[in-house]
Amino acid sequence: MPHNGSVSAELAKPETPAETSATPAPPRRRGLTSIEALALLLIFGLTARPGLTEIFAAPAAQAWSARFVAVCVQAFPFLVLGVVLSAAIAAFVPAGFFHKVVPKRTALAVPVAGVAGAVLPACECASVPVAGALVRRGVAPAAAFTFMLASPAINPIVVVSTFVAFPGNPEMVYARVAASLAAAIGIGWLWARLGKTEWLNLPKHRHHDDGKWAALWSGIRHDFLHAGGYLVIGAAIAASLNTLVPETWLQPIADHPVLGVLALAVLAVLVSICSESDAFVAASLTQFSPTAKLAFMVVGPFIDVKLAAMQAGTFGRRFAFRFAPTAFVAAVAASALMGVVLL
Amino acid sequence: MRRDAQAVILLLVGGGMLRLAWTGDYLNYVKPYAFWLIVPAGIVLIAVAAITGWNSWRAKREADDGHGHHGEPKVAWLLLAPVVGMLLVAPDALGSYEAERTGTVVGAEENRSTYPELPDDVDPVPLTLLDYAARAIFDEGQTLEGHRIQLRGFILYEGDEPQLARMVVSCCAADARPVKIGFEGELPADLEQDQWVEVIGEYTTRQGRDEINGELVPYIEVESITNIPTPENEYQ
Repeated sequence: MPHNGSVSAELAKPETPAETSATPAPPRRRGLTSIEALALLLIFGLTARPGLTEIFAAPAAQAWSARFVAVCVQAFPFLVLGVVLSAAIAAFVPAGFFHKVVPKRTALAVPVAGVAGAVLPACECASVPVAGALVRRGVAPAAAFTFMLASPAINPIVVVSTFVAFPGNPEMVYARVAASLAAAIGIGWLWARLGKTEWLNLPKHRHHDDGKWAALWSGIRHDFLHAGGYLVIGAAIAASLNTLVPETWLQPIADHPVLGVLALAVLAVLVSICSESDAFVAASLTQFSPTAKLAFMVVGPFIDVKLAAMQAGTFGRRFAFRFAPTAFVAAVAASALMGVVLL
Repeated sequence: MRRDAQAVILLLVGGGMLRLAWTGDYLNYVKPYAFWLIVPAGIVLIAVAAITGWNSWRAKREADDGHGHHGEPKVAWLLLAPVVGMLLVAPDALGSYEAERTGTVVGAEENRSTYPELPDDVDPVPLTLLDYAARAIFDEGQTLEGHRIQLRGFILYEGDEPQLARMVVSCCAADARPVKIGFEGELPADLEQDQWVEVIGEYTTRQGRDEINGELVPYIEVESITNIPTPENEYQ
């Protein structure tokens, strides 16, 4: 929402004292501290509330903001779960643990990580920070990425929801699991061969002398603020596309076998639906072929606008520029293959 | 961004989520089950905010080192956007504006081979719009024959013709799509767009096509249309 940025720029005058601050800002700093800026924003937001309601009274703005808030409210709990797990890994799992558990050879570690993805019962918002924690804890990036891609697609909740969404059609479930796992492992091996560590830009966690619990709380706080900010960008893009792109554009494409698959793959990237429920949306896209629906469900957990933003935040932009297109191509290829074989 | 500012943002996000759960407004955005996700997540965020605030207060008293000032995520400021959305704008549930622009959905359950018989001892039988549409289209109305049906939705105008509509949500409101049902028979003249109504009627074989996506739109033979207040959960 652009008005936040402009608001903070307009109000950048350090006149009003910070009300929400526990203690006054140290006098040696000149200019606006973040807590003062925040307090000003809050006061402005509360006083300008009637104006805000008026601006957002237009039906299109209502629809946009309802979708935006909906994506955030749906995704935040899973993001919290993800950052709690990732902070717990960072705080409580000893550094040497993953070296013992994960096979030494990356070629072997990748498929193991893919299958292990089934144990994290959450969607893609949770798996990104967990993968970040695994890399920081010394797991080979190739294995961590395979885990990150496979987990939201093959965990029990997603498998059950896919089963429910396609009643009497269990081959859709098998095809989804097989295609997602194959593509995730493929990308892991590809990274092991071609990936460069300098593409990764993991935000450093401060070392904590205060003990494990302090590290846990600090990890949750940092990861949530970081990944949550990027999630907001993705939610805004997804809400804009859902509100602005007319559905009539899709109709002629749906009838074409190849274009239909590509169209739903692109749609999965744009709408950024949570993997726990994308099966229901896929099933409702009745004009499209089964392979196209499969591509929608395989691509979505791999890469979408919200995920790309979160991956850029967790692993760095140079990584995201390379990873996002690769994940897309691998997911489309795997679903086309499984569509031919199984559907 | 300073620690205390971070604590305030965490508090606002967590508090905003708990407030949605408390007021029931979360139903405008997500499915009812999400209550059990929102509440624990909100509590965790508020706990982290409290601990962060306490630590930064204590750190300042002990040593004024101003740590945590640099390198913390600037992108976290964007979290104020959903806070504004949740607490200040609080948009309504999606309704006719969306339904006019989106083709009718005939449901994920279309492949169901049999539809359970409707109960004989209930009259009229309440059905969801999605269930009615699926039975009418995929089962040719066999299980609907001989029953009075009760449907609840809002009024939507497709050109001059009023329709009954309801938004179906599978995950959150971002994927909301409408189910539309046409009216057959005498209608009250004063049907207003967006008015919530309860329709009692019987199955009719008449079907139409949605202009947007060409999907079938089933009709209902109207016996009565009564205005009702907007339900708590506007989605199905």
